[in-house]
Amino acid sequence: MKLVIKPKKGLANLDFKELWYYRELFYFFAWRDIKLRYKQTILGIVWAILQPFIAMIVFTVIFGELANMPSNDIPYPIFVYAGLLFWNFFSTSINNVSQSMLRNAVIIQKVYLPKVILPVSSIVVAFVDFLFAALIFGGVIGYYRFIPYFEGLLLLPLLLFITILAVLGLGCFLAAINVKYRDVHHALPFFIQLLIFITPVIYPVSIIPKAYQWILALNPMTGVIETFKAGFLGTMPINWMTFGISSAVSIVFLILGLWYFLKTEKTFADII
Amino acid sequence: MPNPIIKINNLSKRYRIGAEEKGDKTFRETIMDWVCAPINNFIKLRNLTKFKNNDLENVIWALKDISFEINEGEVLGIIGKNGSGKTTLLKVLSRITQPTNGFAELYGRVSSLLDVGTGFHPELTGRENIYLNGAILGMRKKEIEEKFDEIVAFSEIGKFIDTPVKRFSSGMWVRLAFAIAAHLEPEILLIDEVLAVGDISFQKKCLGKVQDVVKGGRTVLFVSHNMGVIRNLCKKVVWIDNGKVVQKGDVDEVVKDYEKAQMRQVDKSSYIIERNPEEIKNSSFYFNRVEIFNEKNERTTLFRYNEKLNLIIGFAGFPLTNKYSVEFHIYNELGQMVSMGASGSYHDKYFSSNVKKIKIGIGPLTFTSGRYRILLKVLSGGRYYDIWENAAGFNIIECQPFKTNHEMSVFREGACILQQSFDEIE
Ligand SMILES: Nc1ncnc2c1ncn2[C@@H]1O[C@H](COP(=O)(O)OP(=O)(O)OP(=O)(O)O)[C@@H](O)[C@H]1O
Ligand SMILES: [Mg+2]
Repeated sequence: MKLVIKPKKGLANLDFKELWYYRELFYFFAWRDIKLRYKQTILGIVWAILQPFIAMIVFTVIFGELANMPSNDIPYPIFVYAGLLFWNFFSTSINNVSQSMLRNAVIIQKVYLPKVILPVSSIVVAFVDFLFAALIFGGVIGYYRFIPYFEGLLLLPLLLFITILAVLGLGCFLAAINVKYRDVHHALPFFIQLLIFITPVIYPVSIIPKAYQWILALNPMTGVIETFKAGFLGTMPINWMTFGISSAVSIVFLILGLWYFLKTEKTFADII
Repeated sequence: MPNPIIKINNLSKRYRIGAEEKGDKTFRETIMDWVCAPINNFIKLRNLTKFKNNDLENVIWALKDISFEINEGEVLGIIGKNGSGKTTLLKVLSRITQPTNGFAELYGRVSSLLDVGTGFHPELTGRENIYLNGAILGMRKKEIEEKFDEIVAFSEIGKFIDTPVKRFSSGMWVRLAFAIAAHLEPEILLIDEVLAVGDISFQKKCLGKVQDVVKGGRTVLFVSHNMGVIRNLCKKVVWIDNGKVVQKGDVDEVVKDYEKAQMRQVDKSSYIIERNPEEIKNSSFYFNRVEIFNEKNERTTLFRYNEKLNLIIGFAGFPLTNKYSVEFHIYNELGQMVSMGASGSYHDKYFSSNVKKIKIGIGPLTFTSGRYRILLKVLSGGRYYDIWENAAGFNIIECQPFKTNHEMSVFREGACILQQSFDEIE
């Protein structure tokens, strides 16, 4: 085996053979995050469940009852929870990914590892939260004796995949920014929370004039959440146009985010 | 003809320093800074990553045109004073950071130990941290599983293995971290000053383990400030200063030259030690300063085997009785007291209370090479007025009392050298 160390210009390349070699470390990082998240077992799980549940109640009271937000004739709690399910996965994993470099700063300074495994592995724990939240979703649906379109679940892997592309793209960009501009990470969670208002979580896209709906579709989560609601809750036929735009945007995010990350990662150990 | 396993060719590393913050700011400035911060930071940080040729003052070359080779199975010591670039060299070789110029070729799998316990998480148990840290250091899961019992046994933490490490004492923490590191088996191992922490008997055990690794035929790059350890472990040494190789060669030769150079520039604060006022616990009579000299009355902290040492000790305050006596204890790196003396009880020498400066002569120093520390006590009327734990330190270097020029170190050859002879009788 021969290893040559020399200055590299431009992008760090994604060496898939090396990534495969580091799969165990990837697994250990994910395992560590999950362990820490659910260490105080009861509290960890309760929190994962309670967070979307409370959000659902608050949104139902404010937007469902007081503001009488249309929800395509579906009980508003179900309508909003369907959106929250993906929204929470999105915002939690974006947060995790964008903090992944700083959280592991010591490791980055002391050992070599392909740095991409850190953002990717930090999504796993958000996915576990997602699974718990999905369980509660089942409960909410049962409570309202609502019959969903189960074949819509077939879309789930695709929707999660698109979400992860968007998360990785945006998150890797933010993670790299976080290393350079240390003060960014205080403001970040707040701004990510604000994004919920330009995402059709609490309202359906249909309340927006048709001519402007494509703007909303530029938000990757619009396509994901609308498609899930359409496919699983049967709110309306799936708008493949919206889904297509959102997916395309996700892919663009992924390319740009990863490009920026790989371009800057070689300086991380020096400035982190 | 042995093959080089590492070839280093004109390796250089440039760091950009600076981006310092200014001092106190007014509220208005703070607000203005806050408003302008994104722009300023942006400019600053762009500068941090982009090198312009015209502002060289913010740039340091941590490594500059380093070239040498290491053969398979060789144990190479790397020495040099603080900030000379030793850690940077290991970081470049382990791919943590990129070189700016030059290249290196490595023929084998590399593990680096720049620190012990990298990635330890306080909330995780000892067992969990073994897996996590092992994986971070590059061990496979199967490998960790196989060595798990060995690691636990080596760390001596026993039944605490399933306790979160935040409940560990710092000693246990370090022992566990060492134990994992000690079980690494890469082809090339890069070790930074990690043996310098932890309790001393365990340090010795780790040293033993490193020696086993070395004997196992692995290639090791070993950074240390401890010449005793370097002499023990390495045959070849590279001396780096200011990012450049000063000398490379056999351990005895390089270390001797390095120590000579060090001897010429020992930091003033190490041979004139002022007492830290916080250490004086409302005593009416106390030590306030100590200076170390050699027998030629030169200030130094480096002594060769068999040289003599003089301490000049200053006092402040007033003892309540009219006479006082002074004691010294000398400890070696292993924490053992290797010698002591007391003016009153051994020499019947008492100082009158108006004497504020005394001299103690100690030696010849027949200790083995290593670091030593001196503790001072002053007593009067049967009570201690003051105990100064870390009054002064000194090093014994070039402890080669015998014909073969073998270096006698505290880690291997005991605390001191006794007169000895070997004769035939029959
Ligand atoms: N990330 C960094 N950014 C800027 N300068 C750095 C960085 N890391 C190290 N340096 C500088 O590079 C020089 C070499 O540092 P290095 O840590 O390699 O020294 P060393 O020989 O390991 O010192 P020591 O014996 O104290 O461990 C020092 O001047 C240090 O300040
Ligand atoms: Mg160092």
